[in-house]
Amino acid sequence: MTSLLSDERQADDLPDDDSNSPLLPSPAGQLTRRAFLAESGTTGIAGILASAPMAASVASAAQANADAAPPSSSMALALRVNGKPHALQVDPRTTLLDLLREQMALPGTKKGCDHGQCGACTVLVNGRRINSCLALALSHDGAEITTIEGLARGSELHPMQAAFIKHDGFQCGYCTSGQICSAVGMLREAEQGAPSHVTADVRRTGPMAPLSDAEIRERMSGNICRCGAYPGIVAAVREVSLAMPRAASSRRSRA
Amino acid sequence: MKPFAFTRATDADTAVQAATQPGARFLAGGTNIVDLMKEGVEAPDRLVDINRLPLAAIEAQPGGGLRLGALARNSDTANHPVLRTRYPLVAQAILAGASGQLRNAATNGGNLRQRTRCPYFYDVTQPCNKREPGTGCSALQGFNRNHAVLGTSAKCIASYPGDMAQALHALDAVVQLQGPSGRRTIPIALFHRLPGETPELDANLAPGELITAIDLPAESARFAQRSHYLKVRDRASYAFALVSVAAALDMEGSRIRQARVCLGGVAHMPWRAREAEALLQGAEPNMALFRQAAEAALAGATGFEHNRFKIELAKRSIVRALETTSRSTA
Repeated sequence: MTSLLSDERQADDLPDDDSNSPLLPSPAGQLTRRAFLAESGTTGIAGILASAPMAASVASAAQANADAAPPSSSMALALRVNGKPHALQVDPRTTLLDLLREQMALPGTKKGCDHGQCGACTVLVNGRRINSCLALALSHDGAEITTIEGLARGSELHPMQAAFIKHDGFQCGYCTSGQICSAVGMLREAEQGAPSHVTADVRRTGPMAPLSDAEIRERMSGNICRCGAYPGIVAAVREVSLAMPRAASSRRSRA
Repeated sequence: MKPFAFTRATDADTAVQAATQPGARFLAGGTNIVDLMKEGVEAPDRLVDINRLPLAAIEAQPGGGLRLGALARNSDTANHPVLRTRYPLVAQAILAGASGQLRNAATNGGNLRQRTRCPYFYDVTQPCNKREPGTGCSALQGFNRNHAVLGTSAKCIASYPGDMAQALHALDAVVQLQGPSGRRTIPIALFHRLPGETPELDANLAPGELITAIDLPAESARFAQRSHYLKVRDRASYAFALVSVAAALDMEGSRIRQARVCLGGVAHMPWRAREAEALLQGAEPNMALFRQAAEAALAGATGFEHNRFKIELAKRSIVRALETTSRSTA
């Protein structure tokens, strides 16, 4: 568990009530929710297996499956994740999501539906938001990945993270890292003049008006929040959107 | 997920060669095939990663058309200035589909190859002629709300789930292919297919054949002034179409010189309503004419227990799409 904790971003001016939150990392040295769950989960399963009569047959079935399916040979993969280069060996079946969570100890990216329907797993690949659950890690060799863990600069939160806290853009927090990564990627798309389904006339290229709430909702529709924190999410994205310099889109329009 | 071999292809020849092996599949954006592999619907022995092939460009053609690279991402395609101004219908259709994240990953070629979202196709415990030929169609007597009402067969009533393709069919796009026996070009109308006796085939492709580009013809840019993609779905965004309509009009004075109407969500492939187009051609646009065209488009429709509503919905959607199109201007 210590390696897990040491990889999580530290901030000493934040409360420690939820280490699982993408917003509120816990101070070092304290028992986190993730550590507690992982620890008790392991003990719990071991306890059940030891006492259950079917333990032996479960174990042998698992062994048989492993024998029937020869392990895929792992392949080399180079990634930059949150600014650091990584040389990895991965099974071809590994999604980017599972790689981040299981192999790289970056559990901030969440597994929601695992089928591209909820957006909880959204990360930035070369600055563009994608669903990491539908991305095979090997197909992104050489890419620059940014996860929720890589948005803050030291103890200074990314403006989108700060806005989500300010506007209460979450309740349970499970969709939040995906919402924030998605919002960051979305504003970059808007900055580049990309239209959306609710844009009045796609033929009008060039600088865009500030995003309306309808535009924000449509562009963020790939991120589902079961708690229904949408008003706060829209308010947070709107605030960051309005604070962004619009120079980039004007430059582009002249080009 | 079943183990598979992973090959990174760097040129089209190698990719085609690798994909000709039995059990091989191309991997582009992965947004559909990875999901299908998780469900066990697809279980390839080999994935041929084509993301490094130089097929991502979107290029204006000497004759005035536009070539969409098969590996250009949906989002880059929808934001391309030439596509937006000359073929806005395609941009609208792309933007009506999926989510920002998915459009950033999904490619134009992959979009044409995406498979039906019929729940029985996805559920490997259920009979499905598309997934496992000869086992039967569970949707015929099952939950068939999202299924087709046109061009169905006794073997399969699945519907095509995409959006972009309706616009491409409406604008007579041409698909560039490269296969083991060379290159060929086919009109998109002949690319997708109806289920018939072989619903396991979604498209008329040879094993190992690779989509390299999709061409939009110069003459289809005449619809740029008046075109509209209407998508009707269960929620405001990020849902598959119950019914969609790609509509385009080319006006000459007060009369329609040419009309294009292509329906989504109602058939195994994008459904060009050619009877409706024939009625519209040469006429002056008005509501009565649009209703007549809509009736003609759905004349051959047959509903099933849960999707009969689609027939009336499709008619009204055609009228609405044509009305919106006729009002739009430069």
